[in-house]
Amino acid sequence: MTRAPSSTVHDNPFMKPMEWISLALLVAVIFLVLPMLLDAFRLNLVGKYLTYSFVALGLVICWGFGGILSLGQGVFFGLGGYLMAMYLKLEASSVENTKIQSTPGIPDFMDWNQITELPWFWKPFTSLPFTLLAVIVVPAFFAFVIGTAMFRRRVGGTYFAIITQAIAAILTILIVGQQGYTGGINGITDLRTLHGWDIRTDRAHNILYFVNGGLLVACILFAQYVKRSKLGRILVAMRDKEDRVRFSGYQVASFKTFAFCLAAVFAAIGGAMFTLQVGFMSPSFVGIVPSIEMVIYAAVGGRLSLFGAVWGTLLVNWAKTTFSESFPELWLFGLGGLFILVVLAFPNGLAGIYRTYVEPRLTRRVKALEPAPAVALPHAAE
Amino acid sequence: MNAALLPSHLIGAAPAEKDFLLAVESLTVSFDGFKAVNDVSFYVDPNEIRVIIGPNGAGKTTVLDLICGRTKASSGSIKYKGQELTKLSESAIVQAGVGRKFQTPSIYDDLTVFENLEISYPRGRSVFGALTFKRDGQVRDRIEEVANMIFLKDQLLERAEFLSHGQKQWLEIGMLLIQDPELLMLDEPVAGMSVGERIKTAELLNQIIVGRSVLVIEHDMKFVEDIAHRVTVLHQGKVLSEGSMERVKNDPKVIEVYLGH
Repeated sequence: MTRAPSSTVHDNPFMKPMEWISLALLVAVIFLVLPMLLDAFRLNLVGKYLTYSFVALGLVICWGFGGILSLGQGVFFGLGGYLMAMYLKLEASSVENTKIQSTPGIPDFMDWNQITELPWFWKPFTSLPFTLLAVIVVPAFFAFVIGTAMFRRRVGGTYFAIITQAIAAILTILIVGQQGYTGGINGITDLRTLHGWDIRTDRAHNILYFVNGGLLVACILFAQYVKRSKLGRILVAMRDKEDRVRFSGYQVASFKTFAFCLAAVFAAIGGAMFTLQVGFMSPSFVGIVPSIEMVIYAAVGGRLSLFGAVWGTLLVNWAKTTFSESFPELWLFGLGGLFILVVLAFPNGLAGIYRTYVEPRLTRRVKALEPAPAVALPHAAE
Repeated sequence: MNAALLPSHLIGAAPAEKDFLLAVESLTVSFDGFKAVNDVSFYVDPNEIRVIIGPNGAGKTTVLDLICGRTKASSGSIKYKGQELTKLSESAIVQAGVGRKFQTPSIYDDLTVFENLEISYPRGRSVFGALTFKRDGQVRDRIEEVANMIFLKDQLLERAEFLSHGQKQWLEIGMLLIQDPELLMLDEPVAGMSVGERIKTAELLNQIIVGRSVLVIEHDMKFVEDIAHRVTVLHQGKVLSEGSMERVKNDPKVIEVYLGH
C-alpha cells in the first residue's frame, strides 16, 4: 500500500450528525410531543423540570468536562431565582396592592418584620432590564470570586466540593435568618406580574414553558460551542493532566474559573425561569439537598453529555413526581439508591449506556443499509 | 576544579551571564529542613545537550521542578537568558521559552494525537483566545511537521490512550517541540523504551537540538553517552562532578557513589 495522502484534519464540525439528531429529538419532544400529550398542569411541571436542566447542563461543562465537582449549584440557581423574584415582588407590592400595610409600597414580609423602608439593595430591582442583567452578572461575579479564590490557591477536587457545599449551607442560613430582607424560610411568594403581564394563568405558564425550552436550546448551543472549541478540549485535558496543561503555558485557574462561572450563569438562568414558571422562590432550592439532587440529575443523564444531562433531569424528576405521589416517604431512598447504582454500574449515565450499547448497533445498521459506496470506492480510485 | 562547583560569591562577578542560556546559582530548596537541593550551581550553553545523572534521591527531578516553577526555591537564583525565573509563575516560565517533559508520559488520554499537539501550539492561551482559536493551515502544517518528526504521522487521529508507551513519550516530546522552547527539559525520556525506540529517540534529540538547549535527566548510561555534550552529577542534593562523560566517568568521587555500585 502506498502512503496515505497527507492527513488533513479540519476544524471539528459544530455538531456531529448524531448530535444534530439528538438536538432535533430534544426539540421535537420539548416543543411538540410534550405540549400535545400533557395537560396544562403537567406541562407546567415539565417546565419546572426544564429549569433544573439548566443546572445539569452547567454541571456537564464544569464537572463532566472540567472535572470540577460543585455541590453548591443551588447557590446560583437560588441567586438567579431570588433576583428575579425581587423584581416580581416589587411589582406585586405596589402602593395600591399593599395599602393595608403599615408601610405601603414595600413587600409584605418586610412590613411584617417592622421594616419601614425599602432596603438599598432592593431598589434597583424595580427595573426589568437591570434585573435581567443582574440575573446573569451577579451569579457570574459570585462564581468568579469563589473560583478565583479557590483555584488560584490550587484548591480542587473534594476540598472544592466541600467548600461549595458549605457555601450553599451558609447562603441558606443567611436567607432564612434575614427574614426582613429575604422573606425567610417561606421565600418570596405571591408573585403576580412580569412587567404587567400576569404570570399566574395557564396561558402564561404555557408561554413560559416555551420560553424555557427556547432558552435551554440556546444554552445547549452555547455549551456545544464551548465544547468543540479549543477551550473545551483544554478542560478535558485539565481533568486528565492538570500539570501538563499548566506547563504548556496555560493559567489553569482561569480556565477552571471560566467553567465554574459558565455553570453558575446557566444555573442562574434556570433559577430565574423557575421563579417565573412556578411563581415563587424559597431557600429550599438553595441548600445542600437541592444542590446534590442537581448533581444526581447530571450523573444519571451522563456527565459527559449535554443532551444526556437534560434527559437525566427530566427522567429523575418524572420519577420523583410519580413515586412521591404514591410513596412520598420512600422517594429520597429511591433517589439515593439511583445515584449509587448509576455511579457504580454506569459511571457515564444514560448517555454512557447509549454510547456503549445503542450507538454501535445503530452504526452497524446504518452501515448494513448502505453497502454500495464501500464497494464502489475502490473502483472510483482506479 | 570546575568553576561551576564553586559558590558564586567566590567567583566574584558572575561569569559573563549573556553567554549562558541558563545560569543556576546557589540553588537551595528545603522541605521541612531536609535540603533536597543544596547550593547547586551549573550553567547551560545555547545549543547544548546537558545530562543530569545521579543516584535515586539525588535531587535531579527537584532541580527541573525548580527551574519550571513547580517548586519554589528557598534561596538561590535561576537566570534564563538573564531573566530571573524563581519569581515567575509556571505559565510565564513556559511563555519565556522553557518546556518541561515529565517522568511518566504526561499526555491527554481522552484526546487524539492531533488534539494533544494542538493544545501545546503557542497561540490562544487565554480563556478568550482558546474559545476563538481557529485550526488554520499554519497550525495544521506545524502539527503535521512535528508529528512527522516524532514518528506519529499516521496516528494523528488516534486517541492518545491507544499509543504504546514509547509513542506516548514521543508525543510528549512533540508537544514540547510545538511550544518551540529554547530550553527543553526532559525527565527520563527513554525510561521503559525498547532498544530500537531508544535509538530513534537519540536521533530525535539530536535533530531538535538545533536552536535550543536540552536538559535531560537519564539513568541509561549508554543513552547518556550517545547524546550528552556535558554531564552534571548530582549526589544528595549537591553537584558532585561536572564535565564530559569521559571525565565524569573517571572521576573517583563519581565512581565511588554512583557508577561503582
